[in-house]
Amino acid sequence: MSVALPAPDISRAITRIAHEILERNLGSETVTLLGIPTRGAHLALRIADAIELIAGKPVECGTLDITMHRDDLRLRAPRALAPTRIPPSGIENRNVVLIDDVLFSGRTIRAALDALGEVGRPRTVQLAVLVDRGHRQLPIKADYVGKNLPTSPQQIIKVHLSETDGVDEVLLEEASK
Amino acid sequence: MMRHLLSISDLTKSDALSILNTAETLARASDGPMKKLPTLRGRTIVNLFAEDSTRTRISFEAAAKRLSADVINFSAKGSSLSKGESLKDTAQTLQAMGADAVIIRHNASGAAHTLAKGQWMSGSVINAGDGTHEHPSQALLDAFTIRKHCARGNEDLSGLRIAIVGDILHSRVARSNVALLTMLGAQVVLVAPPTLLPIGVASWPAEVSYDFDSVIGEVDAVIMLRIQIERMTEMYLPNAREYSRFFGLDKDRLSTMRTNAIVMHPGPMNRGLEISAESADSARSVIVEQVKNGVSVRMAILYLLLAGTQELEI
Repeated sequence: MSVALPAPDISRAITRIAHEILERNLGSETVTLLGIPTRGAHLALRIADAIELIAGKPVECGTLDITMHRDDLRLRAPRALAPTRIPPSGIENRNVVLIDDVLFSGRTIRAALDALGEVGRPRTVQLAVLVDRGHRQLPIKADYVGKNLPTSPQQIIKVHLSETDGVDEVLLEEASK
Repeated sequence: MMRHLLSISDLTKSDALSILNTAETLARASDGPMKKLPTLRGRTIVNLFAEDSTRTRISFEAAAKRLSADVINFSAKGSSLSKGESLKDTAQTLQAMGADAVIIRHNASGAAHTLAKGQWMSGSVINAGDGTHEHPSQALLDAFTIRKHCARGNEDLSGLRIAIVGDILHSRVARSNVALLTMLGAQVVLVAPPTLLPIGVASWPAEVSYDFDSVIGEVDAVIMLRIQIERMTEMYLPNAREYSRFFGLDKDRLSTMRTNAIVMHPGPMNRGLEISAESADSARSVIVEQVKNGVSVRMAILYLLLAGTQELEI
């Protein structure tokens, strides 16, 4: 087991992603951040704080639970649901930035795009992730990446955030034998 | 999570809480923009109703449709059940049609159990009321409603006192509610005339009272049960007026309730008999909300029973 991303790197990555989102969308007025629970939702709040610090005004931020839209529901035990909170102004014609902790197969993001389609029609949908570990199974690409981590499919990436795990770190574990 | 929902005793406390929590998330989702979810797309759910029902049947139907399942409604009238086809043959027919779940309402106690344990079909069986035995989804929606209005900052119902009033003897709602509400930590008081209490009620985990007036002022919720008018001929009660006077929820009794206490009824109501119109329509009454909560709770049941594989625990 090794630390792939220590706490200072995580906070730098969040600040950089915040800058990149502002740059690409010419400010924060048209941006709606939607975190995918659990850890994506915490990352979304942190990115929102970082954007507010830089731009001097708050950015719309919510959560999007995609459990009911997954394509692997029948392969596992039913999962607990998490709340979906769409900001009151909705997502119609907004630049929505989906936020998740790890980008792997891309199936979570596919489910998120489906879930988003139920809510409305954003102008653009962008994707920010803390870690991109490769091995995509679908044609999906992140617009903002905290760190690209080359991995083998058997390795396990664990993202710990202080909100849920008491500490900020990204761990890379070898596959259990 | 188990494969079938036959009675409250199939559930552990954490199963029950996970149904309530899932229902809460789903209730918020259906108030918001996501009304329809693709989760059970391609699954077939059969509503097998061998006994009349409006609320429960349309509630399960609405829940299944919001999860994108295909629903087949099957009622005794107009089907071969009324020609005397056995439950086994019906079950085998449903299996052959590829039913993933059967929601059964039947006037025989234990019908759902027979269907589930008969090995005639591979799908899930959900008991929507069997004779005078159990009605677990009703108890879950009652617990959901009570938790929403009365819970004292807890996830369960601990510290709450709930009265169930009326025909306990014939009530599957009462049986399921006593089991579930006490499992969730509430105290239950049964209020009824002695003729409408079952033999062996002393062994239930509930108190028994014959005096509604002494109970009404100290409970957080009162669940009024329907008096089944068709049973009035069987000498359980001297007459309807007397019952109404001693065990009905009228305006005067309503005014002695605690400040935030709520009035519930599983429906259909006999206005003027067990509950007066003023009580049914008062600000304390959550009877219409129970129907709404029923859809969320039944969505949670269908999701937890059908969405995943059966091998793993949640």
